Amino acid sequence: MGSAQIEIQLIASLVAIACAIPGTFLVLRKMAMISDAISHSILPGIVIGFFITQDLNSPLLILLAAITGIITVILVEYIQKTGLVKEDTAIGLVFPILFSIGVILIAKNANDVHLDVDAVLLGELAFAPFDRLLISGVDVGPKSLWVIGSILLITIGLLFAFFKELKISTFDAGLAASLGFSPAVIHYGLMTVSSITTVGAFDAVGAILVVALMIAPAATAYLLTTNLKRMLVYAICFGVFSAISGYWLAHWLDASIAGSITTMLGLLFLVIYLFAPNKGVIAVLYREKQQRTEVSLLTFLLHLRNHIEEEERHVNHLNEHINWQKVRSKTVLELALKNNMIVIENKIVSLTEKGEDFTSQAIDYIITNEDSKIEHMKDDFFLFRG
Amino acid sequence: MLGSFAVLRKQSLLGDAISHAALPGIAIAFLITGAKDSNVLLLGALISGLIGTFWIRGIISKTHLKSDTALGLILSLFFGFGMLLLTFIQKQPNANQAGLDKYLFGQAATLVESDVWLMAIVTGICLIVLLLFWKEFKILLFDADYTKTLGFNTRFIDILITTFIVLAIVLGLQTVGVVLMSAMLLAPAAAARQWTNNLGIMVLLAATFGAFSGVFGTAISASQNNLSTGPVIVIVAGIFVLISFIFSPNRGLLFKQIRFIKNRRDLQLHKTLSFMYHIAKTHENISHPHAIKILNNFQGYTKGTLQKLVRKNYVNLNGSMWSLTEEGFKTASNLYNQQTENNG
Repeated sequence: MGSAQIEIQLIASLVAIACAIPGTFLVLRKMAMISDAISHSILPGIVIGFFITQDLNSPLLILLAAITGIITVILVEYIQKTGLVKEDTAIGLVFPILFSIGVILIAKNANDVHLDVDAVLLGELAFAPFDRLLISGVDVGPKSLWVIGSILLITIGLLFAFFKELKISTFDAGLAASLGFSPAVIHYGLMTVSSITTVGAFDAVGAILVVALMIAPAATAYLLTTNLKRMLVYAICFGVFSAISGYWLAHWLDASIAGSITTMLGLLFLVIYLFAPNKGVIAVLYREKQQRTEVSLLTFLLHLRNHIEEEERHVNHLNEHINWQKVRSKTVLELALKNNMIVIENKIVSLTEKGEDFTSQAIDYIITNEDSKIEHMKDDFFLFRG
Repeated sequence: MLGSFAVLRKQSLLGDAISHAALPGIAIAFLITGAKDSNVLLLGALISGLIGTFWIRGIISKTHLKSDTALGLILSLFFGFGMLLLTFIQKQPNANQAGLDKYLFGQAATLVESDVWLMAIVTGICLIVLLLFWKEFKILLFDADYTKTLGFNTRFIDILITTFIVLAIVLGLQTVGVVLMSAMLLAPAAAARQWTNNLGIMVLLAATFGAFSGVFGTAISASQNNLSTGPVIVIVAGIFVLISFIFSPNRGLLFKQIRFIKNRRDLQLHKTLSFMYHIAKTHENISHPHAIKILNNFQGYTKGTLQKLVRKNYVNLNGSMWSLTEEGFKTASNLYNQQTENNG
């Protein structure tokens, strides 16, 4: 592993961390698509900055790009505030137009410069180590490493300084406002940080990867935890993990690093999406199935309670009467037996004392809808957990 | 045209997500067939676009992630995967690979006749289906629950609309490219929305706007060198939206502002009149003249409003004195009644 490889992985990991932090808040604030909009609409800012400085490495470029990002946010909000269209439509309108302006500006004026649209959108991490930063002639490392490193430092500093404010305004904007934090300041602060991170990172990894790195780790982490701090940590871990594994995937396939990092993020998300303990698809499906059985059980018990006649309580009759399929009624019957709610004598089903109790409590619950009545039942029975 | 449905269903950004999600489909189709047959590539794009859409649905309904997160997630992940495949293809020894990335930004000029025919046919099919299912689409759009109670298969209709939106996007990709497709889908519909509340008219208008921006954009881009078609079309469409936002008679910003100012003037006029009424009420003769000066420390009063009141025949002016006319007094007392009624 050469030093260039280490540097690439280092840059990728730093970008992943720098993106994961604002990304978490964007996901929580339901503004994930804004990052997509920003990453596209910074193009005209970069182009204009390039015309002014004629130098692709100038910090003015990053500044102008960040300003364009903020302008995007303001424009989106203004259009939304007029009430003419919804927020998502506003986003969908603003950024393609800004992007078009950028593309046209490039096509008209900067044909022979190293500034083509592919590079902006896709980035190429593999070249990052060749762009060295020289301080008085001494090679101190790749330039993008320094750029993203300093952005990361600022982001982390801001995160620690304003963690409390961010947390409150994210989850309860009203409370934050009444406590005297201006939600607007925090909102635009977050937007500025996102813009700057996007701009700083896109040079190394491209606009699409920035969006992926912002949203995917945060969304994945959100499936696993509801604790903000833990979510931040998870998001960072996921980001770094996919950055490094993505690099090796790209190495192995000889393909784009940005693309393979995104693919790793996608795989990671897919796995968590399917298997997350509480919120994964499989868990949700399983729970839905269980709840269906539980409701069936309750229906079954109620039926037993309502009928004293023996013929109504015959095992075979139940099959026809409640209109369940064989397998289903068998499951329910077994579940009830296992919980000692019913006894079967000569194929006649009758409620036990425990079953009686349970059923009347359940009816009470359904009628009054009070949680306190079923508190103690939660332990020995999983119905009503919701 | 189909954009109208997307806008009204609050799924505007779906277009953006799908257009990005189509990329891996194109790449995989190319990997499998090894040829650059545009129909096969489009089929691949269609399939991966649909997978993306339904995954987005799945994320929204099965987890607590919100729609924006789901959209951004699918968009970036699919696109990244597509990029991976594209760069992978580039390393393959296959002469046909060049030009695949043209799908990224689109180039209307590279379209050949068969592509145009394909588009025309698909547009025709879209139109027919739209007309056939017009009622169902409309009802699903505005009241999904009601549709269900009426016994329509909402799932089927939903999938039908989504499929056609995806189809339209995938076709458009060739012309304007991934990034700008969402604007093509949204802009005409958003512009049309400002002019009408009627779905039929809105769809027609959107189609017209879309066609116009296409024609104008192509014309402008052809008239100059170095101007790619896609961005110009998008900007023309954007100008349409801007004009609609400002000038549309009912919802437009300009007329809203005018109405706002007019209302404020009316209110000031009423304030002045009711102030005068209170003074006049204290006198037996309602037309007893008063000095203009006493109005001076009152906010709603200006020379202009006084002139207006005179013109409406509510007030008589005599030198520096004013007096309420019979009519003015009646209006003012009614005004007062209305106000108390409203307050009560």
